[in-house]
Amino acid sequence: MPLITYREAIRHALAEELQRDPNVVVLGEEVAQFNGAYKVTEGLLEKFGPKRIVDTPISEAGFIGMGIGASMLGLRPVMELMFWSFYSVAFDQILNNAANVRYMSGGLINCPIVIRGPANGGTNVGATHSHTPENICANHPGVKVVCPATAYDAKGLLKSAIRDNDPVFFMENTILYGDKGEVPEEEYLIPLGLADIKRAGADLTIVAHGRAVINSLAAAELLQKEHDISVEVVDLRSIRPLDEETVLASVRKTHRVLLVEENKPFCGVGAQLAYLIQDQAFDDLDAPIKRVSAIDAPAIYSPPLEAEQLPSPQRILKAAIALLD
Amino acid sequence: MTKKSSATDDKPDAPAAGYGSAPANASLTREQKIECFRIMVRIRRFEERSLRAYQAKKIGGFLHLYIGQEAVAAGCCSLMGKDDHVITAYRDHGHAIAVGMEMKPLMAELYGKATGCSKGKGGSMHFFDPSRNYWGGHGIVGGQVPLGAGIAYALKYKGVKGACMAFMGDGAVNQGAVHEAYNLAALWQLPVIFVIENNGYSMGTSQARSSAGELARRGEGYGIAWGVCDGHDLYEVRATMDKFLKLAREESKPAIVEVRTYRYRGHSVADPDNTYRAKLEIEEYRKTKDPIQVFQNLLIAEGVLDEAQAGKIDAEARAEADTSAEFAEASPYPTVEDITKDVYWEVDNPAEKKSQGRLFFD
Repeated sequence: MPLITYREAIRHALAEELQRDPNVVVLGEEVAQFNGAYKVTEGLLEKFGPKRIVDTPISEAGFIGMGIGASMLGLRPVMELMFWSFYSVAFDQILNNAANVRYMSGGLINCPIVIRGPANGGTNVGATHSHTPENICANHPGVKVVCPATAYDAKGLLKSAIRDNDPVFFMENTILYGDKGEVPEEEYLIPLGLADIKRAGADLTIVAHGRAVINSLAAAELLQKEHDISVEVVDLRSIRPLDEETVLASVRKTHRVLLVEENKPFCGVGAQLAYLIQDQAFDDLDAPIKRVSAIDAPAIYSPPLEAEQLPSPQRILKAAIALLD
Repeated sequence: MTKKSSATDDKPDAPAAGYGSAPANASLTREQKIECFRIMVRIRRFEERSLRAYQAKKIGGFLHLYIGQEAVAAGCCSLMGKDDHVITAYRDHGHAIAVGMEMKPLMAELYGKATGCSKGKGGSMHFFDPSRNYWGGHGIVGGQVPLGAGIAYALKYKGVKGACMAFMGDGAVNQGAVHEAYNLAALWQLPVIFVIENNGYSMGTSQARSSAGELARRGEGYGIAWGVCDGHDLYEVRATMDKFLKLAREESKPAIVEVRTYRYRGHSVADPDNTYRAKLEIEEYRKTKDPIQVFQNLLIAEGVLDEAQAGKIDAEARAEADTSAEFAEASPYPTVEDITKDVYWEVDNPAEKKSQGRLFFD
């Protein structure tokens, strides 16, 4: 299987869906002539032309709202947010209009839009550009939220997202864009709402999403080598819909859970998972559920400190050992 | 009213023969004229009946009445071709009737009943009927305006020769999303007409206290064609909008039109209506510019309508409104199970569901 980057995987998904469906249109800041602020859309303008690959002004409320309106009439806009952090200036469009229009119209109107872009910290760009709003978005019934951790997942999930008739918010990670992974040549789809066991283990379950999966895998490797602890890593891939069964099955197998996410702890994705696990697998637990989140402050700029603020393999490792004590 | 008199603004003078002679109106048949009149009367009687229901506590939440503004929705929507679309804000009952929606599902929606146009899930501010190219009914001031640009974008993308009329109130013109939509519409030459229904007040704040400059003239900054017209004369609304609709459909050009109108009731009927304007102001408008009376007088003068016919249309509209209230009253509420329907397309179409996992939580 060819090794391609996470960035290329997303680009391939876009290209395949643009090719397949004339209603798919890619819009966003710098996506066309500039080839993408993070080069995700590189070459697409050349291949598909300016009708399908559209540069927008810096005007998120305007162009996201416009995409929502266009989707109501049957287009399938894939809108790039240069950073998901900019969702805040389009909040009303994203979480009032896209999330609610189907409901408020009694099911008469669909909103098949995809909003995608990076949502991560760890790049020393300060608090305004480091938001991870998957929990905030997933709090809104009507939307779907996806956070892929690997190239393979990014491609298969994005293709499903574009074909989905509900609004899907697709959250990528700038640190992962260059990571390579095996991606088959032939077409494949990954359904939303299906978690993936990225590493099988017996002593402890780590549940994570996005880049926290990669750091959890690194921690799991160290735990195995240096401490003889066998860790199972469950990658949620999709926050809403949520694959509860895979999480619960893993908990029932290992009886100990560590929840890891880049998000802030308060009302994070882990809070929802902790509720689920205590509700459905209380008797299977041999220890309290623990979690590792970002240290609870706005994202710090200082590069070495930001690395500490986010759940690093070392922090995950420490928390895992404490949990098994 | 706080608006400037027509002598000092940019509104073109009325043609000597009146707007009835404008091409958009001269081509109207007798039946079409009467239909325009009937729409306005039906809007008013529907609104009055809904007010009574609200006062009887049959309706929850807000009720933003359209009384006084009828010629705007009736005039604009009477110009719609099959590929023209409408989106508006929360004062949306008039547009719903003007695009052809029946009173029964509208009244039932106000009552929160399952037979409502949005199955009781949207309420007064959220009427929709995509089968009639009516895209709502939106609650947040100005939030619907980018959506209107998007509808126009989709028309242009698909190569359809239609236009979208994106209505907003005068209070919306200061919202950032509206300006962003103006810019996109101009940049990409989208066939959208931004219709500002200026009723003089954004809630309880007059235009003079909320908006600098002339509202539609702001289009000049974006290179968008703009116009102003009075909204109490249906003929004038049609004559003005016809011009801009043609530009949109045929040349894919956006426009901003300020339609000067007036609402007789408070912003929402639960709001006090005596703190920011004098009763006399309302009475003055009602006496001299009531859109239904103005058009009735015009049609009688033209020999299209007589008092008896007008009275019959009015009686029919009252009866229709009463019947809609009876229908709403007799209709069932949605069930608790209905609360989680119409949230996700996939959940409502299980045969085509592709995703897995849980979508609803407890």
